[in-house]
Amino acid sequence: MKQLEYVVLARRVSQIKEELRQGVRKPYKEVIDVSWGDPHRAGLKPLTFVRQVLSTCLYPELMNSNRLPADVRQRAQRLLGGCAGGSVGSYTATEGIPEIVHSVSEFITRRDGGVPSDPENIYISPGSQWALTNILNVLVNREASTRTGVLTPMPCHSATTLGIMGLGGVVVPYYLSEEQGWELQVEDLHQALESAKGVCNPVALYVINPGNPSGQVQSRKSMQEVIRFVSERRLFLLADEVYQDCIYGENSEFVSYKKVLTEMGPPLSDTVELASFHSASKGFMGECGLRGGYVELVNLDPAVLKYIKTLFSTDSCAPVLGQLALDLMMNPPQPGDPSYPLYDMETQHIRTTLVHNAKRAVSVLNSLQGFCCQPVEGGAFAFPRVYLPPKAIQKAKEVGMQPDTFYCIRLLEEAGLLFSAGCEYGQKEGTHHIRFCIMAPEDVMEELLKRLTSFHTQFMKEFS
Amino acid sequence: GTWCPLNMSQQAVNGVSHRGKVLTLDSMNPNVKRVEYAVRGPIVQRAVQIEKELKEGVKKPFTEVIKANIGDAHAMGQKPITFLRQVLALCSYPELLEDNMFPEDAKKRARRILESCGGHSIGAYSASQGIECIRQDVARYIERRDGGIPSSPDNIYLSTGASDAIVTMLKLLVCGEGRSRTGVMISIPQYPLYSAALADLGAVQISYYLDEDKCWSLDVAELRRALNAARQHCNPRVLCIINPGNPTGQVQSRQCIEDVIRFAKEEHLFLMADEVYQDNVYAEGCKFHSFKKVLFEMGPEYSSTVEMASFHSTSKCYMGECGFRGGYMEVINMDPEVKAQLTKLVSVRLCPPVPGQALLDLVVNPPQPDEPSYTTFMKERTAVLAALAEKARLTEETFNTVPGITCNPVQGAMYTFPRITLPQKAIDKAKEEGQVPDMYYCMRLLEEEGICLVPGSGFGQREGTFHFRMTILPPTEKLKVVLQKIREFHLRFTQEFS
Repeated sequence: MKQLEYVVLARRVSQIKEELRQGVRKPYKEVIDVSWGDPHRAGLKPLTFVRQVLSTCLYPELMNSNRLPADVRQRAQRLLGGCAGGSVGSYTATEGIPEIVHSVSEFITRRDGGVPSDPENIYISPGSQWALTNILNVLVNREASTRTGVLTPMPCHSATTLGIMGLGGVVVPYYLSEEQGWELQVEDLHQALESAKGVCNPVALYVINPGNPSGQVQSRKSMQEVIRFVSERRLFLLADEVYQDCIYGENSEFVSYKKVLTEMGPPLSDTVELASFHSASKGFMGECGLRGGYVELVNLDPAVLKYIKTLFSTDSCAPVLGQLALDLMMNPPQPGDPSYPLYDMETQHIRTTLVHNAKRAVSVLNSLQGFCCQPVEGGAFAFPRVYLPPKAIQKAKEVGMQPDTFYCIRLLEEAGLLFSAGCEYGQKEGTHHIRFCIMAPEDVMEELLKRLTSFHTQFMKEFS
Repeated sequence: GTWCPLNMSQQAVNGVSHRGKVLTLDSMNPNVKRVEYAVRGPIVQRAVQIEKELKEGVKKPFTEVIKANIGDAHAMGQKPITFLRQVLALCSYPELLEDNMFPEDAKKRARRILESCGGHSIGAYSASQGIECIRQDVARYIERRDGGIPSSPDNIYLSTGASDAIVTMLKLLVCGEGRSRTGVMISIPQYPLYSAALADLGAVQISYYLDEDKCWSLDVAELRRALNAARQHCNPRVLCIINPGNPTGQVQSRQCIEDVIRFAKEEHLFLMADEVYQDNVYAEGCKFHSFKKVLFEMGPEYSSTVEMASFHSTSKCYMGECGFRGGYMEVINMDPEVKAQLTKLVSVRLCPPVPGQALLDLVVNPPQPDEPSYTTFMKERTAVLAALAEKARLTEETFNTVPGITCNPVQGAMYTFPRITLPQKAIDKAKEEGQVPDMYYCMRLLEEEGICLVPGSGFGQREGTFHFRMTILPPTEKLKVVLQKIREFHLRFTQEFS
């Protein structure tokens, strides 16, 4: 496994933060860290209702007073009722607290316009990547004479590709079409299968919708093509849908793979094997640090499901606060509840901010010579292409860095912006990209874009 | 994949037109099929089913199922430590920092933890290795615990419970093919996370027997026997030891720990020291000795060469906060290139749960004598540990009065692992039912008394012997009732099959 590019940046950012603490003079007062898909890190606030309920669950004394609204106290009481010994410090059932697993299945049914969801097929895990790794572990046969392949998008966030490789699987990239807004085109899926011939035995297709790092939201038509493809080519479909609540484009709409599959009717709806993933890390809540995610399994062989259950059991259970966060995400305050007005205000504010940021970032980037950014219809990131001058590429080579890592290091040093480099995600040979999180307060985004504009102009001039 | 499923022709024969699955028993990772984890296995599933039946009003000889199968203190009624929960509540909803319901020392710690979180929120990801200032605090705790022996935060990896770190280390260590496949030494009996992980990784399990007649102590001669036998068919590289022990509860003597370290050095083995029960020591004359401390006290010949990882967790000891999934490992003398790989490996799961990290910080940074929360904290901590010690004693004493049950002293940890004598007729009956004898015994106990234990076969035991593991966690009065019921059951059972 090659050296992780971001380690270079991470090391430097620690040093810079220390230098700033010691009063070293720099062109900026603080580093803006938008290298992770982490809304809180970037400055967005947690939802008040969520944190009030969690703190009450942690310290139930808080129920014995009126400092917190009635619905907070009621929810905490209900949630603690599902915890053994009434404590969030107890282990839970492997698949998650039963009431919460039910909440998840009810949420899925509501979201998908009535498509039934079986709680028996849902596992809550410490974040969605954990569940994905477990499912991949079942799919990837290390003992087979031919290595197992998993089709993954190019570009793709590194946790998934590292996860596949760590299990002894082969990453089989399928290109997303940058010029068409990072669209997934089925020809590229065919191309990927071709490339796998003689190299590995592909068993699964991983798709992330909305995308990471691309900001693409898949059309229904494209999803139907993917479903037909996996059915014809006998692939297990892994649908990562953690950004389903992050939709910005006016003409964009999230529809789940399960819903599309169901709408396509039998035989596809009864046969295509699907695992879909969601999490409390993104969306309005942004509770990445609580590690609450889940997987829903559809059309799996019941005999295999037994082994999947045993596999999850060795992890004991997901952290209880993460499970509670999922419940709060699935069951937010409703109109009429005391907490509703504030909840509504906070979520509307976040929604407006993100829609604004998505537009603004793309607009600013596309106004600058040397950048080209596809529309950010959804997800957490802008992933513009950077047209680096040959002299900059040369300089990067001299210092032993990938060209986009070099750009990012200079960006960090001179503008105090921590982005991540496109080479981390895979990109077409000869192209370069940078990724930054757009889930941030508006003023932080403005400051970021201002610094970026100034730096970029300077950088392009320097290497012209 | 364009291969045909093996059951396709059968379905064609049945006239069913739909095709076979992509993911089947034949196509799935065969290693996963070998994974078992008795602590949450079939008997627990039956217990959950019985609980459902009780809820639905089905009549049974008991009104509740007592889950003495899992080391979960809070589930059994143990109360959380006030200070810990106060700080965590403050971290969760910082508005409460303005509230005079919370003491100053709790607020101070909360502010410090929040300061170290991205965006001052426990909802932000942390670095994959864990929040830096918490790793620093853990390193200082280890130094204090081990009498000043230095510990570097760079060698500390926070994890999602100790289990996560244990599995990560094993992933790193297991390699090779066929005769050179990595062999990992684990005790019999053992905590079945180890055997599960080895099955999953396709590693070779090298079993070494603990000596039941000598209070489950570890004998280096036995280690040597197991190792030499194993060298025939694998490449032994790792030695795992749990101290205090699970399920056995023994606390290893200092001499024994030295002997193990010497053995590891001689045989060039990586030591994995699972020390999650380090505060759970009850027996007179027993003391917890950290492997690291003993290693360094053996001098540079050992301390600069033996490669080791030690594991700790927030799930046990006096906190019992299993649901937080907090833990860490400290790696010693690890090759820098291997460390780089370790860093990559931990990045796949992004980061350990931040509330668990915060909790760990409090465990290594408890209230000091001059702080407002000290008195209450110490009172609560002492009470928890004293109750466990009393229950350990009561359990051993009671079981040893039952003919057919022999119980070693519960020197530490949270479990008892008594040996049960089963009449031959019972063993035969079990065979008829298609169950291993101690599973049959435990299932009968569950159905008749509503007590859920884990059969010894889930942990490993010498051929022809039978055991069960029970936790000592139920509240004292309930524990007395449980012990009484097991006593009655055992006598009845023996009578039935005499």
